[in-house]
Amino acid sequence: MTRISNEQVKHVANLARLEISEEEAEIFTKQLDAIITFAEQLNELDTTNVEPTYHVLDMKNVFREDSKEKGLPREEVLKNAPDHQDGQIKVPAIIGE
Amino acid sequence: MSLFDYKVSDLHELLHKKELKVADLVDESYKRIAQVDGKVQAFLTLDEEKARQTANSLDVKLNANPASNLLFGMPIGIKDNIVTKGLRTTCASKILENFNPIYDATVVQKLQQQETVTIGKLNMDEFAMGSSNENSHYQKTRNPWDLDRVPGGSSGGSAASVAAGEVLFSLGSDTGGSIRQPAAFCGVVGLKPTYGRVSRFGLVAFASSLDQIGPITRTIEDNAYLLQAISGLDPMDSTSANVDVPNFVSALTGDVKGLKIAVPKEYLGEGVTETVRQSVLDALKVLEKQGAVWEEVSLPHSKYALAAYYLLSSSEASANLARFDGVRYGYRTPNADNLLDLYKKSRAEGFGDEVKRRIMLGTFALSSGYYDAYYKKAQQVRTLIKKDFEDVFEKYDVIIGPTTPTPAFKIGENIDDPLTMYVNDILTIPVNLAGVPGISVPCGFDNGLPLGLQIIGKHFDEKTIYRVAHAFEQATDYHKQKPGL
Repeated sequence: MTRISNEQVKHVANLARLEISEEEAEIFTKQLDAIITFAEQLNELDTTNVEPTYHVLDMKNVFREDSKEKGLPREEVLKNAPDHQDGQIKVPAIIGE
Repeated sequence: MSLFDYKVSDLHELLHKKELKVADLVDESYKRIAQVDGKVQAFLTLDEEKARQTANSLDVKLNANPASNLLFGMPIGIKDNIVTKGLRTTCASKILENFNPIYDATVVQKLQQQETVTIGKLNMDEFAMGSSNENSHYQKTRNPWDLDRVPGGSSGGSAASVAAGEVLFSLGSDTGGSIRQPAAFCGVVGLKPTYGRVSRFGLVAFASSLDQIGPITRTIEDNAYLLQAISGLDPMDSTSANVDVPNFVSALTGDVKGLKIAVPKEYLGEGVTETVRQSVLDALKVLEKQGAVWEEVSLPHSKYALAAYYLLSSSEASANLARFDGVRYGYRTPNADNLLDLYKKSRAEGFGDEVKRRIMLGTFALSSGYYDAYYKKAQQVRTLIKKDFEDVFEKYDVIIGPTTPTPAFKIGENIDDPLTMYVNDILTIPVNLAGVPGISVPCGFDNGLPLGLQIIGKHFDEKTIYRVAHAFEQATDYHKQKPGL
C-alpha cells in the first residue's frame, strides 16, 4: 500500500508553495512514500496517555516588558529586498484586473 | 608546526608576552587557507580585509594594555547559517545567494565582546539539512583526512576547517548531530550544548525545538573556553535558559574516580562496525584505569528516534522556511506573473531537492487529517525517548557510545537514497530529542580515518562531559594527530 499518492504530493507542494514538475512529483512521491513508510514504525509503540513533548525544558511563556522599542531602520531593511519603490517592498499585482 | 597546534591559553600567553601578534594569527589562517582550501573547500566567504584591519587595531590595543579576554585576537570560522552583519550569509542555499544580514547573531556579538577575529563563513548542507555537505548549493567540502570522503554534516565546513588548520576553532550548529558527526569524521572535538544553553538569536532556524549552536575545537580546554564565551540567557531568544553559566574550564581536573558511566547496548548494536565498537570499548578501558566504572544499560526507544526526528524536524522546518518567499529578501524568480506564482517559482528555483523533500514531508505531517497520526505521534515518542535518558541519568553520570556507526564515507556513496543518508545520525539524534548535551572526542582511527567517542550528559551538566572528555584526552594522543594534507 502506498502512503502518499502522486495527487497528494502535488497538493502538499501547493500548500508549501513549491512549484513542481510532473517528473519531480513522481520522484518525490516515491521518496516521500519510503520515508513515511519508515516513519510508520512509530505505530509499534502504544502512546495512549503519553503527553507529547513540544519543548524539552520546563518553560512557560516568557514575556518581556510591553514597552516601545525601535525597529530596524527602513533603509537597512530594504537593502536585501529584491525590488522596492518609495520605501515599500514591491511585488507583482495581487488582485487581477 | 602551525600556530594552531597551540591551545588558546598558550597563544594568549604568547600574545601577552609580546612574542606573538594578532596579525600573525590572522596571517596563519589566510596563508593556510590559500594553501589548502582549494582542496578542502571549507569556506564559502572570506572576510580577509576586515579581519586584517581588526588584527592591526587589536595589536595597537595590545601594545597599550594587556589583553583582558582570553579569546582576544583568536581567529574563528563561523558556520554560514549564523548571521553576521554585512558579511554574506547564505545557509549554502541559492535562495540566500546575495543575502547580507543587517544584524549580528547573539553568539557573534558575544565573540566580538571577546575580541575574536572572524576569518570567514563555512560551508554546510543547505539549511543544515544533511550529513555530508553534499547538499550545499555551492561546493562539496572534502574530508582533510581523505579528500575522496565527506567531512560529515551539516557543519562539515566548520569541522574540516579546524582539522585542516585553517582556523583555531569554529562555530557549528547541531539539530540531529550536525556538530558531533562532522567532528567525529574530521578528528576534532565538537559539543552540542544543552538545549537553551546558547542563544539561537541569529541562527537561521531549521528545527527550533532541536537547534543549538556549539563549539568545534582541537582540544577539550579550547572547547570549554569557547562555550564559556557564547553561553547564557538572551532576551532576544525566549527559549534560552535562565540558568547559571558555570566556569566550564574548572571542570578539567583529570579526576574521574568513581564516575558512573552507562553504555547503552543499542549504541553498540546493529550497523555499528567492529572497529568503531572496539574503539569505544578501548576508550572505556582508559577511563576504567582512571577509576571510572561502566555498566551496560538500555535506552529502549532508541530505534524510534530516527523516525520521530524526521517527522518533527521536517515539520518545524516547513514552518520556519516559509519565510523564504522571494518578497523581503533572498532570491526572487524573474518569471512571475502574479504573487502566488512568485512564491512558488522563487521557492522552487531557490531551494535544493533535500530542502524541498523535507518541507513537503513536514507540510504533509502537519496537514489536516495527518497531524495526529504523524506529528503528534512523533511528539509522544519524543517523550518516551526523553524518559529513557532520565531513567539512565538517575543512576549514572554520563552515557558513552560511538558518535557515528562508521567512519567518513565516500562522496557520492549515499546521495541517491535519503534514508541511508539519514541512518548516519542514528546515534546523535536521540540527544537532540531529549535536549541533553553531547560531545564527540577523537578516539581512534579506522584505516587512517578518525573515529569519535560520544559522551552524553544531564541537562546543563556540560561540566561533567568536559571532565570525562578531558581525562580521556589527556590519556590518549588521538587529538594530536593531523591529516597529511
